[in-house]
Amino acid sequence: MGTTPHYRASSKRGLPMLGDRFRGGEMRNWCIAIILAATSATAAAQSAPLRPPSDFASIADERARSQALFKEAGRVIQSPRCLNCHPVTRRPTQGDDVHAHVPPMYGGPAGSGVASLPCFSCHGRSNMQTFSKAIPSIPGNERWQLAPASMAWQGKSLPQICDQLKDRARNGDHSLAEIHEHAAKDALVGWAWHPGDGRVPAPGTQKQFGELIGAWISTGAHCPAEN
Amino acid sequence: MPSLKINGRSVRIDGPDDMPLLWALRDIVGMTGTKFGCGVGMCGACTVHVDAVAVRSCITPLSSVTGKTITTIEGVGKTITGAAVQKAWLADEVPQCGYCQSGQIMSAAALLAANAQPTDADIDQVMGGNLCRCGTYNRIRQGIKRAARALEDSRKQS
Repeated sequence: MGTTPHYRASSKRGLPMLGDRFRGGEMRNWCIAIILAATSATAAAQSAPLRPPSDFASIADERARSQALFKEAGRVIQSPRCLNCHPVTRRPTQGDDVHAHVPPMYGGPAGSGVASLPCFSCHGRSNMQTFSKAIPSIPGNERWQLAPASMAWQGKSLPQICDQLKDRARNGDHSLAEIHEHAAKDALVGWAWHPGDGRVPAPGTQKQFGELIGAWISTGAHCPAEN
Repeated sequence: MPSLKINGRSVRIDGPDDMPLLWALRDIVGMTGTKFGCGVGMCGACTVHVDAVAVRSCITPLSSVTGKTITTIEGVGKTITGAAVQKAWLADEVPQCGYCQSGQIMSAAALLAANAQPTDADIDQVMGGNLCRCGTYNRIRQGIKRAARALEDSRKQS
C-alpha cells in the first residue's frame, strides 16, 4: 500500500496485493490444499462439455427426452456464473462456492445496486484486468445487475427453476420463444462463457445452451421431476 | 490519448485506454489524495465520483470515463455536500491514521447527494464498501449524520 504499482501493460500479474491476502495469503497450507482440491473438482465438473440435443434422440418418450434436455441445460443454469446473480436474498454472491459478495452489496429496488453504490461503481462495461493474482479480473457487462426477484434461483431445485422459467407471472411475461432468444443470444447471459480471468466459464457455449433450450421447448418444455 | 475532465479542469492523459483511472490521477496528473488500497475494488480507498456517482478508480479503465465529469478528494470540497462532509469530519475528528479517509469522504458525499437523511441501514449499505483498518466506523457514521443535519439546516435557511 502507499502508492500505485508501476503501470506496465505486461505487469498485470505477479504483484502482491491486499486483494491477494483477502483470498488466501494468510491461510494455512492444509486449508489451501483442501480448497484447491475442491475448486479443481468443481472446475472439472463445470468445464465438461455440454451434450448436444442429438445425444438425447434415443430417448423415445418425448416427455422424458424433454426432461433430460432440461437437466443438461440445468448444468448451465445452476453453474456459479449464473447462480451468483440470481440470489433469493437480493444480495449478490461470488465465486464457485457462491459465497457472500465482497464488499457487501445490496441489489436495491431495480437489482442494480442502491443509489449511491450501484453495481457500476465497480463493474464496468466489460471485464477489467487487475494486478492481483488472486482476483485477476473484475467482471463487467453493459447491463450488470441481478436477475429479478421473481427469478431467484439460489436454493431452488432444478424442477422448481424450470417451473419458474415457464411461469409468465414470474419470468417477466416472456413466451417460451422469448426465453429461448434470451438463453441463446442475450449478452449478459453470454457473459457466463466469457467471465474473465480467474473464473471458470459455464459449461459448453452459449450456442450449445441455446440449442438445448430450443430442443427442450420443441419437445414440450417438460420439467424434470423432483428426485 | 484520453481527455478527462477532473475537478472542472480538462486534462489529456498520456496513457493506454485500459489504464485504471487511479494510475492516471496519481502518477500522471499528480493528484495523490486518492489512495491505492487493495487494487481490486474491495476496500474503497480509491473512490472518486464519475458523473456524481462513487466509483472505484483502481478498477475503472480510462476508456470508460473519457468525456465524463470526474471529482476527486481534491475537488469535492467545492461541492455543497462535499464541503459539509469535510467540515463534519473535522468537527468529529473522524480520521485516525487517515489513509482510507479520502475514499470514506467521497462515498459519504455521494451517499448524502442521493439521500439527504440516511438511516443507519442506508449508511451501512453504502459505506460497507469502504474499509477502515483503524476502525473509525462509529465516527464515520457520526460525521455523516452531522453533515446531513448541517445540509438540512442550510436548506431551511435558504
